[in-house]
Amino acid sequence: MAARLQLGHLVAAFLATAILGTLGAVAWSAGGLGALSEWDWRAVRFTLWQAALSATLSALLAVPVARALARRRFRGRGLLVTLLGAPFILPVIVAIMGLIAVFGRNGAVNEALRALGLPEMVIYGWQGVILAHVFLNLPLSVRLILQGWQAIPAERFRLAASLDFAPCDIARHLERPMLRAVLPGVWLAVFLVCLTSFTVALALGGGPRATTVELAIYQAFRFDFDLGRAASLGLVQIGLCVAAALVARRIVVPAAFGAGLDARHGPPAPGGWRLGADALVITLAAGFLLWPMGAVITTGLPRIPALPADVWDAAWRSVVMAVASALLSVGACLALALTIAAGRARWVEAAGMLPLIASPLVLGTGLFILLRGVASPQQMALPVTVAVNAAMALPFGLRALIPAAQALRADYDRLALSLDLRGLARLRLLTLPRLARPLGFAGGLAAALAMGDLGVITLFASDQPTLPLKLYQLMNGYRMADAAAASVLLMILSFGLFWLFDRGGRLGA
Amino acid sequence: MRTALALLLMATPVAAQDRVLTVYAEDYIASEWGPGPAIKEGFEAFCDCTLRFVTGDILPRILMEGANTQADVVFGLNTDVLARARASGLFAPHGQDTSDMSLPIAWDDPTFLPYNWGETAFVYDTTRLENPPASFAELLEAEDIRIVIQDPRSSISGLALLFWVKQVYGDEAGAAWSQLAPKVLTVTRGWSESYGMFTSGEADMVLSYTTSPAYHIAAEDDVTKRAAIFPEGHYFMTEVAGQLAGSDQPELAQAFMDWIVTPEFQQVVPLANWSLPAALPEDQWPQVMRDLPRPDTTLFYSEDEAEALRQPALDEWLRAFN
Repeated sequence: MAARLQLGHLVAAFLATAILGTLGAVAWSAGGLGALSEWDWRAVRFTLWQAALSATLSALLAVPVARALARRRFRGRGLLVTLLGAPFILPVIVAIMGLIAVFGRNGAVNEALRALGLPEMVIYGWQGVILAHVFLNLPLSVRLILQGWQAIPAERFRLAASLDFAPCDIARHLERPMLRAVLPGVWLAVFLVCLTSFTVALALGGGPRATTVELAIYQAFRFDFDLGRAASLGLVQIGLCVAAALVARRIVVPAAFGAGLDARHGPPAPGGWRLGADALVITLAAGFLLWPMGAVITTGLPRIPALPADVWDAAWRSVVMAVASALLSVGACLALALTIAAGRARWVEAAGMLPLIASPLVLGTGLFILLRGVASPQQMALPVTVAVNAAMALPFGLRALIPAAQALRADYDRLALSLDLRGLARLRLLTLPRLARPLGFAGGLAAALAMGDLGVITLFASDQPTLPLKLYQLMNGYRMADAAAASVLLMILSFGLFWLFDRGGRLGA
Repeated sequence: MRTALALLLMATPVAAQDRVLTVYAEDYIASEWGPGPAIKEGFEAFCDCTLRFVTGDILPRILMEGANTQADVVFGLNTDVLARARASGLFAPHGQDTSDMSLPIAWDDPTFLPYNWGETAFVYDTTRLENPPASFAELLEAEDIRIVIQDPRSSISGLALLFWVKQVYGDEAGAAWSQLAPKVLTVTRGWSESYGMFTSGEADMVLSYTTSPAYHIAAEDDVTKRAAIFPEGHYFMTEVAGQLAGSDQPELAQAFMDWIVTPEFQQVVPLANWSLPAALPEDQWPQVMRDLPRPDTTLFYSEDEAEALRQPALDEWLRAFN
């Protein structure tokens, strides 16, 4: 046990050093932090309010969807829940294409509005940024809240039924306490994701009013080569995230339902108008989340066979890197979660969340500065990309793994001790089988996110491009139709990897 | 095992191995849909050596690596950011005669060698926009036109637009931006996102280059994409190559500079990069390039002017949109 504890501490220490150290390296290399301009502060304000609004909307809209999914059983429900998760792992550029295809000036929605003689909706502006962020993050919110509903012991619902609770009583005594425990975490997760948004805000933001801190970092780095300002902005970004984390922590009140048997029954499914409402909510959510993806698929799919060989090479390279990232991420995730479950070091959990709030650009630049004496950037490009992607996926994996690891410890620790089950044997016989599901989910998420990532590799860039990089190269070569096909390929591979890992986790359990 | 590996390495021909030219290039240049393969193939035949492309954001990369850089040549810098590259003191003279280049401006820079050029322009589709604005003034006045442009803080073409407007409107640039702002559908991070929005029909016009229609004509047989030519003039953009003073392959780097100005390079590369040749008489240009409508007036800031104007012009732009 002691050995594994140290491993988790080690991983956490390594993460904290890497992320804070790279920021320090950038600042040190610049000879100190740089001053921020008026425009930088505007970017901070815009970043804050769009992230807060995106997070609030995503979390609130997810509640009815998660409730409907929790209490209804229908054919294809499992598939639908999996598919609804897809936008979260969609590469941003693909998501933008899909949203424009549906909600853009020439999109299906505006076609319909025009046909009906109604005013058109405008996707460009802050509303487009929020729309895209809700599209990308609603799935994550639904998934997390759904888990909250499923975590309410079935016994409680049965007790409620025997006490003849009306739906509003159930809401008051069971659902609201659960939401109070779950929602701040959901809100925080989405807030943090939106905080570091860059491409979405620029493409759909309508203009420089929609500037995020991440763009300011990019500008400081790419055009001004002002590393001091880049480091300052990176620090501001981390500061915002820490503040948000503290706020969210204050609101969280543990729901404390107590333990229950592992029965997989959802909450009761009331009939009448509530049935209709649930059906409507599920249909709307499915339409909103799946339609844009369908639009991208119909444009790009037919051209996939005609894609040049180099795209396939890049796709293969991306898959290998994504799998490596996923395995690395799962390993680190497991070490961290087991240490956190042992409950002795809160800083370990904080370190595990750090990657979410680090700017990939600052991280990449810092690594570049730190490693330049050790190896050439070309040699580092692929390993660094794998490592950074593994780290970036950690916080999401941890969210899924920590509760499971805590439950494992509470339920089986004494048994394992009495059997003197330790070390690798304990890992193989107890830990891995019991945690297979969240591990599979974490691995799938890590693989899919790594698949779609563009960030770090452009800085280190080598002669071995990944699929997202190829996608941009196709666009830069005017080959928009091939780019659409490559983006569908990217989407299929991302989702396929996620599905395989997730599925693998379920088979093992 | 290690001995076997060493023997294997020794067995491979050494000549090609130690004659490697490392070229840092902007990402799009080295892709197989850019001029990369033509450059690699052509130069390797020319020099009997190996050319290795390293792609990415080359300017920050060079500045970070400083004297330790592995680059022998950089390929694809733009004049609007040259001041920074030059200030690094990392570059050696290119050694070419530039007195007679096929550029609309005189070029007497001994360090950076232009290899292709073009001008910024708004590109439209004749099937969707029947009466495109015929001047910058008309564009500012136009109603019901939606354009997409690129952010000057993240894109080189976006930066060129900033200078274009500054050249045309001078002190009135801020007012011109305010007039243009309502017509701007959105601002994207790079050229490719903008162009994608244009081709998918989201925008009526896109900030691109006078040479963009050449791609559609030559590769797609599509003559509906045109660049609107404005009498006020268009902003000149050229891409340059430079050799590193600290290169451990100075002869190869020099050979690369020599090769850039050969007709072979000049005739092939522009067709892969969709831009005009910098060192080729106009009557030898590829036909599709010769047929393109060209603006009468070329606008241009020297790199020092561009460097001095960048921040004030950016502030003007930001104010107009905020």
